[in-house]
Amino acid sequence: MVDAADLVAEAAAERQTVDFDAVDVEDVSRHYGRRRALAHVSLSVGRGEILGLFGPNGAGKSTLLSVLSTLLRPSTGRVRYGAHLSDEAGDALRGQIGVLGHDLFLYPDLSARENLTFFGRLYGLDTRGGSGLEHLVNQSLAFARLTERADDRAGSFSRGLRQRLALERALLHQPRLLLLDEPFTGLDDESALVLIARLRMLREAGQIVVMATHDFDTAEAVVDRAICIDRGRAWPVTVTGGSLRDRYRRTLQERDQARLEKGTAGH
Amino acid sequence: MGFLGTVWTIARKDLVVEARSRELAYTTLFFAVSVVLVFSFSFVVDGAPLTDAAAGILWVGIAFSGTLALGRTFERERQADTLKALLLSPVERPAIYLGKLVGVLLLMLGVELFVVPIIGLLFQAPVTRAPWLLAGLLAAGTVGFAAVGTLFAAMLMRAHSRDVLLPVLLYPITVPLVIAGVRGTASIFAVEPNLAVAQAWLSMLVFFDAVFLTLALWVFGPVMNE
Repeated sequence: MVDAADLVAEAAAERQTVDFDAVDVEDVSRHYGRRRALAHVSLSVGRGEILGLFGPNGAGKSTLLSVLSTLLRPSTGRVRYGAHLSDEAGDALRGQIGVLGHDLFLYPDLSARENLTFFGRLYGLDTRGGSGLEHLVNQSLAFARLTERADDRAGSFSRGLRQRLALERALLHQPRLLLLDEPFTGLDDESALVLIARLRMLREAGQIVVMATHDFDTAEAVVDRAICIDRGRAWPVTVTGGSLRDRYRRTLQERDQARLEKGTAGH
Repeated sequence: MGFLGTVWTIARKDLVVEARSRELAYTTLFFAVSVVLVFSFSFVVDGAPLTDAAAGILWVGIAFSGTLALGRTFERERQADTLKALLLSPVERPAIYLGKLVGVLLLMLGVELFVVPIIGLLFQAPVTRAPWLLAGLLAAGTVGFAAVGTLFAAMLMRAHSRDVLLPVLLYPITVPLVIAGVRGTASIFAVEPNLAVAQAWLSMLVFFDAVFLTLALWVFGPVMNE
């Protein structure tokens, strides 16, 4: 039996890659013209940890994920991937990052198998004359429970099926850092449970997961630590007392209270 | 997989997607043939075409249909944000650019295979007089046009008025290419052909290609990083 990890390691040995134990965001700000999307965000996430990002729409969660994915450069501050900076590591670093975006990044005119094979090639996974990639793709299709629809066009799938396929596309190269933007969107209960089980497996395997979501109830089952992003600023969600949703709300209230007191003291 | 392997993987993906939908092939071909047909009613009087009209109309058809193909190719990448997925992968930015360019180029050259015989038929243009020279002019002109167009289409992907902005930016820059193409082709189609002049225009097109390709490869990475 061929092990997927061996196949990915074999592919990684053929190209330059970097590895890291933690991701450190250091005082990162990001502006779009005059609009500030992130303001002095600092946080750290290590191997085997799942970090949840919560906050209202337009708060800066997706911008933070884009910065972590290296797609956006911070206006100020920097992101460290272990000993590496994104500008220095470039292509080798991107090979260790997997992204599930809100728009799923799938070609609707290609089949599920063709989508996975295409991205597998881009990540240099076509080892052993292509048989290595074929094995990885079959395994990913099985994880997504899409084996029977492997040759159907991705455009013919429901949102939930595309979401499952997109997750496997993001995981195909077994990245060290996995970034998920609203991963539970469109998933039925069973699929959400499968995703939670998958994320727990990734945590045990030592992968770093950062997930932005509005789904407190589902996320509570899997996140180790939560951060609230609001108006571009990051606030750690209170660790104890009640459900994740309650703690998130309390964090926002405490923050507003602190702002109010600071404003009153200023007058 | 090496650099060229990545280029071919991306180009082949575009060709497979196009083979499934045939959307671009049909629309660009229909558009190019329509342009040639409409102009033939104006420029062919009593069965005799105006001097040099065939060369001009051929290149107008190529430029207009090419713009259509460029816009639509990147619209596909925009719909599911798949260009972002390409940029997130550990491949060199120039390989992504060249992959997209090869896809557009093959489509445009495919359209020209149909349009050139129609020009020959409707305008009585001697398209078989110097076939290799004509093919060279068309290939070199198309490479330059697609090289600039691919860069601009990628840059404009997030712009609201991208359909308007693409021709506005593309045509002024590619005017020298189109002029060189028209003059070179006219030299072949003329009653008294001058193949040496056509070769000189071909050399100029190759020079433009080298300049445009170098600049586009240089600029694509930094532009896409933001």
